[in-house]
Amino acid sequence: MSIRVRNVSKRFGAFTALDDVSLEVEGGSLTALLGPSGSGKSTLLRIIAGLEVPDAGEILISGADATDLKPQKRNVGFVFQHYAAFKHMTVRDNIGFGLSVRKHPKAEIRNRVDELLRLVQLEAFGHRYPAQLSGGQRQRMALARALAPEPEVLLLDEPFGALDARVRAELREWLRQLHEEVHVTTIFVTHDQAEAMDVASQIAVMNNARIEQVGSPTTLYDEPLTEFVMQFVGEANRIGDRFVRPHDLEISLDPVTGGVETMVDRITQFGFDVRVELMPAAGDQLLVQLTRDRLDELELERGQIVWVTPANEHTFTARGAAVGAV
Amino acid sequence: MRRYALRFVALFYLAAILVAPLGIVFYRTFADGFRPAWEALSTPETIHAFKLTLLITVIAVPLNTVFGVVCALAIVRRRFPGKGLLNAFIDLPLALSPVVVGLSLFLLYGRTGWFGGFFERHDIQFLFALPAMVVATIFVSLPFVAREVVPMLREIGDEQEQAAKTLGASGWQTFWRITLPSIRWAVIYGVILTTARCLGEYGAVAVVSGRIQGETETATLRVEERYDSFDLAGAYAIAIVLALIAIAVLLAMTAIKPREEPA
Repeated sequence: MSIRVRNVSKRFGAFTALDDVSLEVEGGSLTALLGPSGSGKSTLLRIIAGLEVPDAGEILISGADATDLKPQKRNVGFVFQHYAAFKHMTVRDNIGFGLSVRKHPKAEIRNRVDELLRLVQLEAFGHRYPAQLSGGQRQRMALARALAPEPEVLLLDEPFGALDARVRAELREWLRQLHEEVHVTTIFVTHDQAEAMDVASQIAVMNNARIEQVGSPTTLYDEPLTEFVMQFVGEANRIGDRFVRPHDLEISLDPVTGGVETMVDRITQFGFDVRVELMPAAGDQLLVQLTRDRLDELELERGQIVWVTPANEHTFTARGAAVGAV
Repeated sequence: MRRYALRFVALFYLAAILVAPLGIVFYRTFADGFRPAWEALSTPETIHAFKLTLLITVIAVPLNTVFGVVCALAIVRRRFPGKGLLNAFIDLPLALSPVVVGLSLFLLYGRTGWFGGFFERHDIQFLFALPAMVVATIFVSLPFVAREVVPMLREIGDEQEQAAKTLGASGWQTFWRITLPSIRWAVIYGVILTTARCLGEYGAVAVVSGRIQGETETATLRVEERYDSFDLAGAYAIAIVLALIAIAVLLAMTAIKPREEPA
């Protein structure tokens, strides 16, 4: 149930969607494809599903070459951002569709649909039409529909993108639980780094038709390999050619050697978490994260002059690759 | 005030162009009571003319429905060379005068035409017989189904079809279970418009039929023939039946107008 993507390229006219992309996804894992729009993440997902044909490279599902396999034969479940609900069918018929086209016996379909309705908590909605459901319910129905034929691989294309923030957080949590129960190899596409960090055990960060880095959420945050990953995964300050995480900046009230002289511009508190925006004489604004206790200790005020030193910094070569963290 | 002026213009236009002529036909037909009208309708030639019109319609509508849906799918869902040309050619029957269509069939299938020799060798009567009339009718009623279905297919997009594929549905299953139910209203509209066009066709059929009474005379041709023979009551009576069929078709269309999906 593992997935291997080998040297896949895809162009749409003059636009390069994927440029020699390789990726390995372990069986049973939960992987996020994270990147800005136009980075190629959805195209990669659609190629794995067989909905697009790559110009070059190959796709292996469970070790077998699936590059020329039609989507019908790949045994993948696909969930679309806008649900792709079959509008003329009830929720039950939507969920049972994958079994009914495979000519499973009616009783078996009924049982499996019941089971899935319970799993996605839509027991009471089986006889409704998709138009009578909320966005979150529709997406749960779409998930149940994709899971019904027991796919080896579950692919989700920005599954929560069209939902409001509260429902999104709920479904995110729910997807993580579902994955623990069902254990199907899952890849989902998102442009939201918090979502990727929250749900996935492995993240592939994509930018400009390439994969920049693959790793666990912690690895990506602590050891970004490129400037892009540094800035896209978590927040980052830029001091000259060095990059520093907001919590790695140390504020002192007196001048320090190697420190940057700045003026306090704004202080925001989220409960115990405090964020201070600082304006250096030259260069970009700096963001510092500290605790409430530390803020009280420093007694910072707007307009005050302070010095900051990076406790831990990252530098990258001109091409964006990591030189090393200090 | 302006609102009323607009309404008045619209209603007056409708009354002058549509309602008045229709009204006068009704009036003239039944001016001497129902009897003359009934007698005109029950002559064997008239009955044959109606039967012929129905037969042609029953052959042309299903063929154009299948062709229209296939064309619409090709235009919206496929990429192929010549697609723009196909898209433009489908509208040709709307732009072309039916008389020109009839004439071109005449040239094509006539004794000296490209295909004329073939039919003659195989002893098939094409011109001045049912085949030519059917072909002419198919030609003039070709665009309606495709023209209704194309925008509908664009609107529903292809995500549902892709979802069906990832769920294991074959192309055929996807068409019958996903695509067709989604476009069914457009198809029904198209069928109704096609039917109306087939029933009312005059020009192209007039050229290729030879207008042999009791043989290749359709209802519309019969109206003209009666009129030319100074049988006004007969002409009006047949015209009335055609008008009633047209009205019934329009009413049917209004009646089934998308009551939204069980929302």
